[in-house]
Amino acid sequence: MAAHSFRFKPWNVGRWLIWGLFALGLAVAPLLWQSGFALTMLSQIGIAIVACLAYNVLLGQGGMLSFGHAVYSGLGSFLAIHTLNMASAGQLALPVSLVPLVGGVAGLFFAALLGYVTTKKAGTTFAMITLGIGELVWSMSLMLPEFFGGEGGVTGNRVVGKPLLGISFGPQIQVYYLIAVYCFVCTVAMFAVTRTPLGRMLNAVRDNPERVEFIGYSTQRVRFIAFMISGFFAGIAGGLGALNFEIVTAEVVGAARSGAYLLFVFLGGATFFFGPIIGAVLMVVALVLLSEWTKAWLLYLGLIFLFMVMYAPGGVASLIMMNLRVAAYGKLRRLWVAYLALAGTSLGVLGGIAVMIEMVYHVQLNPALGPQMTLLGATLDARGLDSWFGAAFVVLISGALFELTRRSFQRQWGDVQEEIEREIKRREALT
Amino acid sequence: MTHAIELLDVRKSFGKTEIIRGTSLAVNAGERVAIIGPNGAGKSTLFNLISGRFGLTSGEIKLNGERIDGLKPYEVNRRGLARSFQVSNLFVRLSVFENIRCAVLWSLGYRYAFWKFLADLTDANERAEEVLRMIRLDRRRDVLAMNLTYAEQRALEIGITIAGGASVILLDEPTAGMSKSETQRFVQLIREVTAGKTLLTVEHDMGVVFGLADKIAVLVYGEVLAYDEPEAVRANPRVQEAYLGSVSADHAAGH
Repeated sequence: MAAHSFRFKPWNVGRWLIWGLFALGLAVAPLLWQSGFALTMLSQIGIAIVACLAYNVLLGQGGMLSFGHAVYSGLGSFLAIHTLNMASAGQLALPVSLVPLVGGVAGLFFAALLGYVTTKKAGTTFAMITLGIGELVWSMSLMLPEFFGGEGGVTGNRVVGKPLLGISFGPQIQVYYLIAVYCFVCTVAMFAVTRTPLGRMLNAVRDNPERVEFIGYSTQRVRFIAFMISGFFAGIAGGLGALNFEIVTAEVVGAARSGAYLLFVFLGGATFFFGPIIGAVLMVVALVLLSEWTKAWLLYLGLIFLFMVMYAPGGVASLIMMNLRVAAYGKLRRLWVAYLALAGTSLGVLGGIAVMIEMVYHVQLNPALGPQMTLLGATLDARGLDSWFGAAFVVLISGALFELTRRSFQRQWGDVQEEIEREIKRREALT
Repeated sequence: MTHAIELLDVRKSFGKTEIIRGTSLAVNAGERVAIIGPNGAGKSTLFNLISGRFGLTSGEIKLNGERIDGLKPYEVNRRGLARSFQVSNLFVRLSVFENIRCAVLWSLGYRYAFWKFLADLTDANERAEEVLRMIRLDRRRDVLAMNLTYAEQRALEIGITIAGGASVILLDEPTAGMSKSETQRFVQLIREVTAGKTLLTVEHDMGVVFGLADKIAVLVYGEVLAYDEPEAVRANPRVQEAYLGSVSADHAAGH
């Protein structure tokens, strides 16, 4: 073995660029979208990024399907808001900026406590235990109103003591930047973990737990440590949420929140590190914006989830990476037209279906308002035959066109992939 | 003298069926032992017992003089015993290099560290590269394990097994499913990578057995029928009657 082999460590420009852009994006986002509503959303996105990345330590990196991860972010929230209230009451000298860390420690503690049981098993059993623990904590939240605040939740005030360097955390923009700093640091930390012995063994446990036991590692220990890491970061997200909303209600430990983590991490793409970041953005957009626009938002969400599971099980991140590969071989140009056609026709289908869904909701939920409704500026008669006929017509035509373009796209995509494979083989032969 | 691996009256029952019925076997350090026997003789079960995958019903297993029965597979592995599997058991979504690197981490003392970067672990990376060259997969370094050919997967299976530097190696049908020419090259590879180690292998191919083994143990219905040098085993009438004759006949018929 060449003991004196010269090791050249290039300065990884690409990585520095990506992290730099991520930091820059977090820093300038509130300058681009200045409204109060946008700032609320950005704050929530920052929190959701930490939570989704924490969840993906289990799902994407460890192959652990948890149905109860809101337990750790939620309990982090509660501990954080109680700590904040103690600080407000002068019982505790703790700067507000460190309150999210209290949430993190709480998440770590409960993950250590409950995870010891959960991570004894893998696969379906693991999933069922997390579900059970989720329900357990949820029912506890109803039984212990002193801690969980009952139906009204626990409120707090994040302005504690005198402002330090003009920062009181009163204005939302100051909280946003606190969240942004936590978000960046946590993202870097979680990425770093993926590049350590534990991080790699976690992937190995995901791929083949049986073999891991025969190369000296206890799968249970690997899962347990990963579970605690995940719980810690989930707790930080919970603590940030407590500061951001200044109220924590029992729903933060509920099954709906756990389900949202799973759903959006999956949508974003669990197989790539950055997938959950996309998932977090989608989560906030869906939960805040979409629910604002339409009462049928859960229905749309379900439809989107269904189509993603069927056609792109790797999530948005894998779609991006597949196209980047095509682009890297300079073949993306050939697919442009097909993409435009696909986008156009699917927009037609979606629009038509949306019109029908909205008309049903209008008829069912707003009978007092009469059959007239406005949708995207157009006035429709929800009971009129022509609007139903029109919508159905749009769906049918664009659906048929979509299927045609999808087939030709599939052929093109297959051709391109084949060419890339050949190109790889050729390059391999050269080396 | 302590044996590298020693089985004392090992028994294993599944329900009421006794699969291993009082097997005793002692292997000296550095010996290559092939375990042969008809299907259902309990060869793979024996490997599963030694490697800690199953618990024993009764008996003792010693590794370098220390009891290892009742230990978990990872504890057995940490004491210096590694095994391969009949069906390739790889980390399919990791690259060839990562597969090997995972297998060297524990032996180099990195345990569950999440405060050290893999890229900085010079010894682990060099050892992984060395193993890649040994199993001749260095040119396939960055290919995902699932995209390897069958023969390459078998080689990686061996690579993962030997990477941790265990002194006792158990190979469960390493050449299963390989063509004649592949098998020949593979036996050579096994010889190289297990040089100086104690080797136990389950094998069906008699060519491999007689080419590789210093000693042969014949296992029939959970009992060791014979345990001796190849020529002596071949000449043993009980073995011929129970097993070898039929297989040799198969072999001669071009099976």
